[in-house]
Amino acid sequence: MTDIAIEVERLTKSFDQRVVVRDLTLKVPKGAIFGFLGPNGSGKTTTIRMLCGLLTPDSGTGTCLGYDILTESELIKRQVGYMTQRFSLYEDLSIRENLEFVSRIYGVPNPVQAARAAIERLGLEGRSEQLAGELSGGWKQRLALGACILPQPRLLLLDEPTAGVDPKARRDFWDEIHHLAAEGITVLVSTHYMDEAERCHEIGYIAYGRLLVHGTVEDVIKESGLSTWNVSGANLAALTEKLNTTAGVDMVAPFGTSLHVSGRNGKQLEKSIFALKRSDKSHHWTRSEPSLEDVFIHLMSEADDNFAVENRDERA
Amino acid sequence: MSAPDTFQAAPRRDPGFWRRLWAMVLKEIIQMRRDRMTFAMMLAIPVLQLVLFGYAINTDPKDLPTAVLARDQGPLTRSLVAAVRNTGYFDIEYQVRSPAEMDALISSGKVLFGIEIPADFERNVRRGEQPFVLVIADASDPTATGGAISALQGIIPQALTRELRGPSAMNDQSAFRLRIHRRYNPEGETQLNIVPGLLGVILTMTMMLFTALAVTREIERGTMENLLSMPIKPVEIMLGKILPFVAVGFIQMAIILLAARFLFGVPIEGSLMLLVALTTLFAGANLAVGYTFSTIARNQLQAVQMTFMFFLPNILLSGFMFPFAGMPGWAQAIGEVLPLTHFLRIARGIMLKGNGVTDMEIDVIALVVFMLAAMGLALIRFRTTLD
Ligand SMILES: Nc1ncnc2c1ncn2[C@@H]1O[C@H](COP(=O)(O)OP(=O)(O)OP(=O)(O)O)[C@@H](O)[C@H]1O
Ligand SMILES: [Mg+2]
Repeated sequence: MTDIAIEVERLTKSFDQRVVVRDLTLKVPKGAIFGFLGPNGSGKTTTIRMLCGLLTPDSGTGTCLGYDILTESELIKRQVGYMTQRFSLYEDLSIRENLEFVSRIYGVPNPVQAARAAIERLGLEGRSEQLAGELSGGWKQRLALGACILPQPRLLLLDEPTAGVDPKARRDFWDEIHHLAAEGITVLVSTHYMDEAERCHEIGYIAYGRLLVHGTVEDVIKESGLSTWNVSGANLAALTEKLNTTAGVDMVAPFGTSLHVSGRNGKQLEKSIFALKRSDKSHHWTRSEPSLEDVFIHLMSEADDNFAVENRDERA
Repeated sequence: MSAPDTFQAAPRRDPGFWRRLWAMVLKEIIQMRRDRMTFAMMLAIPVLQLVLFGYAINTDPKDLPTAVLARDQGPLTRSLVAAVRNTGYFDIEYQVRSPAEMDALISSGKVLFGIEIPADFERNVRRGEQPFVLVIADASDPTATGGAISALQGIIPQALTRELRGPSAMNDQSAFRLRIHRRYNPEGETQLNIVPGLLGVILTMTMMLFTALAVTREIERGTMENLLSMPIKPVEIMLGKILPFVAVGFIQMAIILLAARFLFGVPIEGSLMLLVALTTLFAGANLAVGYTFSTIARNQLQAVQMTFMFFLPNILLSGFMFPFAGMPGWAQAIGEVLPLTHFLRIARGIMLKGNGVTDMEIDVIALVVFMLAAMGLALIRFRTTLD
């Protein structure tokens, strides 16, 4: 038990009779970076809110840092840093005032000092008196993350912390995350970026409130059972049209100057491609590995087919 | 809170309480200071109200519309009417023929005074019978009529002295008497009553409004999600949002009391300390009500609407607008549960009558109970989740 940071079982939550998170079971070991992915509205924020006690699940059980998420959210809150998706520090407080406020609430010894150190870490020395509301979007994100880390939590719940942040800052952010994880802090981070997903120790993919896959990046790719081919050459647009109606092809995705062609039924896909190769020599085909993006897009379209109807029925 | 975690939660008092409360108070003060509009309102409302009401308090209005019913037409009557006119307070706009006509003028508000000079006035005065001159005053605004009535009393000794040279002038008793009927406000409450009332009204309005916005604003701005994810308790949030405004209440109180003393000459007969202490209690009660609204309302607009819905009966049924004793029973019953009613008794008691706390035990207890009930309700209503 002690090496598990988050363990929840069959969490379910609905709003106005619409199920938003369904039977979500998840286990995250201590010190891991867990990437939480899924399309818009799939229930990522809702799940994170349940983990830190901001929403009460309709059913299901679970613990965070060994504390019951249903009855001990008081204790969880002391050791969790939650970064909201939408900026939710005080816009009419300066950077320094916001950080001092957070320090005091968490009982950080010497809050003034702690806030100053955090400002230095963020590289905001000259602007500490600037109002938070006047910061650019990316800087707001960085401030929010700084405020989140300041009280030295044991678990970080970060809801799209890098949305709208430039690449350099994103790199810095991930370096910091890995650094924290090495110190034993557990991080659950939601994101829409594939490159970020690949930096996580483990990922989970949620759609329509269901956790569809869960494991390391390699596991997830392997489990998808997807076969992928890379094709380049002339007139790819016309080829795309043709492929979309070809047997065995589940998904065609442009990838720079080439296409990724994937299908679950590898045999069938291979047969179709060999046929194409024979009839049309203008394209160059190579066998390739599905990317994480291929897997997710595939999962998403599959989920669309399976759950969209079901969800609509339940709503009625 | 629930049974199982009592094992783990330490039973001793949480030492972080004061620290978190301080963090909250500090944050609120900074935000209050940055919010120029609200800050200006805090100071402008008492000043503005004092000026508006103070005008009514301070003026000694002259030339008040008056109707005269003269049932006697002798020279003494004419002298009396002239003397009345000479006070400067009365503008005799109507000479009426019957009491009914005079009543109609008073009740329609066309005149504030009706003066009836009885039949045989001349003869009775000369006989030394001291006849009564009837003065009917519309006393619903005692500040307006008070000065005029005392002026009228002032003319009795000399009004008819010139005409009464001769034997009847020898005796030193006055030639006639006044019988004054105050309509609409039989107690003739004095203008002094308004200032303590104003203290209560201003505090009710501003205090309630400030906290009414407290929670809804955090929800609307999205900061509530962050606040709730932190280890702070509802009672700390509540007190943190109320306490800074107690200080604002102090400033408003100081403005009003200084104005009362030096501009309007309202005395403070009783203990100033007691007045300050109980006014603080009253401010706390209103802050608690506002905060409660804030936890019930869905947005800031609703919170403001609730505040005004509560403000209205406070103004109308507390004894501020109309004398409490003159209100119908149901209105008094409602008035008894409003904090302003009790505060008016306290403030008037201390300022005008020099009451001590033992004279007002019930009102003090009522305010305490009211405040605690509002806070309790707020804590029950406060949602610690976003569900
Ligand atoms: N308080 C609420 N009341 C009603 N419906 C809600 C509420 N919060 C979320 N929802 C609904 O629940 C669903 C899941 O929302 P959630 O915010 O968890 O998605 P998400 O995965 O975080 O999406 P995104 O990637 O866009 O942030 C959405 O359809 C949303 O409309
Ligand atoms: Mg979200």
